[in-house]
Amino acid sequence: MSKTKRDNLITYGIVILAFIIFQVLSATGNLSSHMKGLLVPMTYYAVIAVALNLCVGILGELSIGHCGFMCIGAFTSAFFSKVTEEVLPTAPRFIIAFIIGIAFAALFGFLIGIPVLRLKGDYLAIVTLAFGEIIKNVINAFYVGVDSHGLHFSMKNAMELNMEEDGQVIINGAMGITGTPHDSNFAIGIAVLLISLFVVLNLINSRDGRAIMAVRDNYIAAEASGINVTRYKMMAFTISAAIAGAAGVLFSHNITTLTASSQYFGYNASIMILVYVVLGGIGNIRGSVIAACILYLLPELLRGLNTYRMLIYSIVLIVMMIVNWSPKVIEWRKRTFGNLLKKSGKEMA
Amino acid sequence: MKKFTKAFSVFMASALLATSLVGCGDAQGTGATETAEGAAQEEGSAAGATFKIGAIGPLTGGAAAYGNAVCNAAELAVAEINAAGGINGYQVEYSKEDDELNAEKSVNAYNTLKDWGMQILVGSTTSACSIAVSEYTKADNMFQLTPSGSAEDCVKYDNVFRVCFSDPNQGIASAQYISDHNLATKVGIIYDSSDVYSNGIYQKFVQESEGKNYEVVSAEAFTQDNNTDFSVQLQKAKDAGADLVFLPIYYKDASLILTQANTMGYAPTFFGVDGLDGILSVENFDTALAEGVMLLTPFAADATDDLTVNFVKNYKEKYGDTPNQFAADAYDAVFIIKQALESKNATPDMSTSDLCEALKSAMTEIEASGLTSTKMTWDANGEPNKEPKAVVIKDGVYVSAN
Amino acid sequence: MSFLTYLINGLSLGSIYAIIALGYTMVYGIAKMLNFAHGDFIMVGCYIIFSVSAALSGNPIIGILIAIVLCTLLGITTEFVAYRPLRGAASPLAVLITAIGVSYLLENVALLIFGADIKSFTSVVKWEGITLFDGQLKIQGVTIVTIVVSIVILIVLQLFINKTKQGQAMLAASEDKGAAALMGINVNRTIMLTFAIGSALAAIAGALLCSAYPSLSPYTGAMPGIKAFVAAVLGGIGSIPGAMIGGLVLGIVEILSKTYISSQLSDAIVFGILVIVLLVKPTGILGKKIQEKV
Repeated sequence: MSKTKRDNLITYGIVILAFIIFQVLSATGNLSSHMKGLLVPMTYYAVIAVALNLCVGILGELSIGHCGFMCIGAFTSAFFSKVTEEVLPTAPRFIIAFIIGIAFAALFGFLIGIPVLRLKGDYLAIVTLAFGEIIKNVINAFYVGVDSHGLHFSMKNAMELNMEEDGQVIINGAMGITGTPHDSNFAIGIAVLLISLFVVLNLINSRDGRAIMAVRDNYIAAEASGINVTRYKMMAFTISAAIAGAAGVLFSHNITTLTASSQYFGYNASIMILVYVVLGGIGNIRGSVIAACILYLLPELLRGLNTYRMLIYSIVLIVMMIVNWSPKVIEWRKRTFGNLLKKSGKEMA
Repeated sequence: MKKFTKAFSVFMASALLATSLVGCGDAQGTGATETAEGAAQEEGSAAGATFKIGAIGPLTGGAAAYGNAVCNAAELAVAEINAAGGINGYQVEYSKEDDELNAEKSVNAYNTLKDWGMQILVGSTTSACSIAVSEYTKADNMFQLTPSGSAEDCVKYDNVFRVCFSDPNQGIASAQYISDHNLATKVGIIYDSSDVYSNGIYQKFVQESEGKNYEVVSAEAFTQDNNTDFSVQLQKAKDAGADLVFLPIYYKDASLILTQANTMGYAPTFFGVDGLDGILSVENFDTALAEGVMLLTPFAADATDDLTVNFVKNYKEKYGDTPNQFAADAYDAVFIIKQALESKNATPDMSTSDLCEALKSAMTEIEASGLTSTKMTWDANGEPNKEPKAVVIKDGVYVSAN
Repeated sequence: MSFLTYLINGLSLGSIYAIIALGYTMVYGIAKMLNFAHGDFIMVGCYIIFSVSAALSGNPIIGILIAIVLCTLLGITTEFVAYRPLRGAASPLAVLITAIGVSYLLENVALLIFGADIKSFTSVVKWEGITLFDGQLKIQGVTIVTIVVSIVILIVLQLFINKTKQGQAMLAASEDKGAAALMGINVNRTIMLTFAIGSALAAIAGALLCSAYPSLSPYTGAMPGIKAFVAAVLGGIGSIPGAMIGGLVLGIVEILSKTYISSQLSDAIVFGILVIVLLVKPTGILGKKIQEKV
C-alpha cells in the first residue's frame, strides 16, 4: 500500500471512528444535548473547510467568499424542499435537494470562476469577497412566492409578487425561508463529509490533481508543459464550490430558519472557514476536518466563561497561530521537543 | 521537522479533545446531580428544589445591546422574585446563554441550557433565533415565552407565547394611528431590509396604508452592512415631499437618522415603533434632536407608575444603563411565568413537559399586568392582546400622545 | 440641485473611506499584509476621543491628539506582539488570520469596557458649514474638513515617502525586503514606522467618521474598514494616490447607486463595480503591473 493511500485511509478512519464513538456515547446516554446539537454543525463546517482547502491549499487561490456558495446551496435546496414538502417523501426529496443545491453552487462557482480566476493573489481574494457579499445582498432583496398560477418573483418587496389569496411566499427577502424540513442528521452529515473527502482526496492523487498542483506551484512552467491552466483552475474552483453547496444543503436542513445574514454567509463567516483551513494546515485535508471540529467546539465549550468567552477565543486564536506558524517558535520547538522525541525514541528502541 | 509539527498538532488536538470530553463530563455531572435532585424531590421534600428558567440572546456581536437588555432584566426579575419568596414557595434559578444573533448558535445555547436543567425558556431575543429554537422546544415540549421575538412565525407552535406585539400588528396599528389622527398626507419610510423585524412591519404597513387618508411616497431601505450614511434615504423622502417619516427600525440606526436629518435641515414628523424606545437613553445623544418624535411603544422608561419607576431604578443600579423595551418585555416575561405557574400551583418536581402543559393552559386564562401593559391576555395561538401606547417626545421625555 | 447634494454626500463618505484606505494601503504596501484589525483601530480611536471628551469636556483637539498617540502605541504593540513573530512564516495567510484574531480581541475588549449599547459621538468639528444658492445647497462643516484633511494627508504622505530618508526606506522595503536589508535598511523598524503611521491615520479617520456619522459601538469600525479595504484595492493596493481615488469613487458610487438604482441593492452594486474595474484593470485603477518572473 502506498503512503498516500494509507494516509487517505487514516483520514476516512478518523471520521468513521469519530462517528462510531459519538454514536456509542449518544446511544448509551453519555452525550449531553449540547454536544448532540453540535454534531451536525461540526460536519458541515468540516465539509466546507475541505472545500475551501481544495481552493486555497490545492489550487493555491485565496477565496474569502466561500460562504456565498454555501448560501446558494442552502437557499436553492431549502426552496426545493419547502415547495415539495407535501408532495415527496423525505428520502428522495432530500436526495434531490442535495443534487439541486450542489448543482446550483457548482453553476455559480463556474460562472464566478470565469472572471475571478483571471486575477491573482489578493485581487482575486477581494473579488471572491465581493461575490460573496453580492450573493448575500441580492438574496436579501429577493422575493419568491408560489400560488396556483405558478411562481412569482420580485426584487423589491413581497407586496409586488401580486399573488392570489392562497399564495405562499417562499423566499421573503431578509426574512428568508422559514420552515424548511429538519432533514439533516449526524449520519447524513458524516456521509456527506466522507463523500467530499473521497472526491477531494481522489482528485488530489489523480492526474488532474497533479496538474492543478503544478498550476499552483508555477503556472508558467505548468503552461509550458502543455497543461491547460484555465481548465484546471476552473475544475478545482467549481468542485470546491459544489462541495461548499453540499455544506449549505446540510446547513439549511439543520436549522429551520434560513436567512442570508452576515452571521452565516458574510465575509466574516467565510474568514472563519479560512481560519479552520489555515490552522488545520494549508493543503492538509485531514487537518481541515480536525481544525474545523475543534475550532467550532472551542467557543461552545467556553460557554461557561460567559462574557469573556469570545475574548478568550480571540486570544487562543492569536496564540495558536503564533505557536503553529512563527518561524522562530517552530525552530525553538524543533530544538526542545526535537531532542525530547529523539531521546524517547531511542529509549523505546 | 514535519514530524515534530505533526506531533505537536496531534498534541494540541488531543489536548483540546480532552477538554471537550471534560466538558461533556461536566454536563453529565450536572445531569446526574439533577436526577438525584429529582429523586429527592419525589420523596416529597420541598427544600432545595428550584424552578430553572433560562434566557437566550445575543450577548456579543452587533446586536448585543438587545440581548443584554433581555438577559439582564430577566435576571433582575428572578432576583426580585427570589427575594420575595419565590414562586409557590420555591426559589428560581436563572441562567443565560449567548447566541450571537445566530440561529444555529441559538440552538446550541438552548441545548446548553437544557443540559443545565432548564424547565422554562425566556427567549430567544430575536425573531430568527426564536423560530429556530421553537422547533426544538416543540420537540421537547418545553414552554417558551419569547419577550421580543416579534415575527409571525415565532409563535407558530402551541408551546410558544410572546410578550411583545407581532410585527404585522405593529404595522397595522401604526397605519391606523397615523390615519386616525391625520398626522400626514405624504409618508416616507426608511427601513432595514436586512432585518426580519423591520421588514415585517414595513410590509404590513404598506399593505395597510392602501385606501388610507395619506399616501406612501417613498420607501427606502438600508442594510446592516450599510447603515452609516442615511443622507440618500432622507433626501429622497424630502424630495418626495414626505411630511411624516415612518421608521420601523431600532433606535441605534434611528439616532443616526435623526442627527443626519437635523444637519440637512429636514424636519418632518418622525413616527416609530417599539424598536425606537431607548433612543433617549443613548449615551451623549442630544435629545433635542428627538423632539416631536412619535412612537407606538408598550413601554417608556420614564413613565411615573411605581412599577416602572422601581424597575428603572433597580436596573440602573445593577447594570448602569437605562432599560429599554427589550428589558421591559423580558422582565414582564418572568413575572408572567410566575403568575402562570402560581395559577396552576405548579412545582419544580413536575416534568418539563407537564410544566409546559400547565403553563399552556394557564396562559390563556391569566390576565397579567406589567411594565408593558396593565392588562395582557393571550390567545391559544400565543399572541398577546394588549394596547399599544402612543407617546411623543417633548422636552426630552416621553409624553402620552392621546 | 439634488444631484449636487448627492454628489457632495458621496464626496464626504468617500473622503472618509479614503483616509481609512490610506492606512490600509500603507501597511499593505510595505508589510504585504492585510491588517484586518485596521477598522478596529478606528473604533479604539473613537472610544478614546469619546472618553477624553467626556472626562475633560473641553477642546476635542486634546482628545484627538491623545487618540493619535494611543492608537500609534497600539499599532506598534500589535505589530510587535502579533504580527512580527509571523514574518517569514511559511504562508502569508498566517498573519492574515492573526490580524482577524486581533480584530476579535479589540472588539471584545471594547465590548467589555464600554458595553454593547451605542454612544452618540459629539462632532469634533464645530463649524456649521456653508450654504450656497440661497439655501438650496448646504455643505456641512465636517464634510469640508474631511475632504481637506484627506487631501492634506495625501500630500504629506507623498512628500514623506518621496522626500525623506525614512520614506525612501519604506519604498525600498516594499520593493524587496531582502535587498533593502542588504542596503543597510532596518526592515523591522521601517515596518514598525509604517504601522505607527497607519494607526495614527486610523485615529484621525475615526474622529472624522464618528463626527460625520455620530454613532459609536464596538463594531463601528468593522464595516467602514472592509469598505475602505475594497477602496484600497479598487485604487490599486499599495498606491497612495490610488487609495485616495478608490475611496472617493467608492463613496460616490455608493451614494449614487442608492439614489438612482436601489437602496436595497447598493452593496451589491458597489461590489459589482469593484469586480468590473478589476476585470478591466486587474491591479486596480493606479496599481502597478506586476511582471511575474519565471
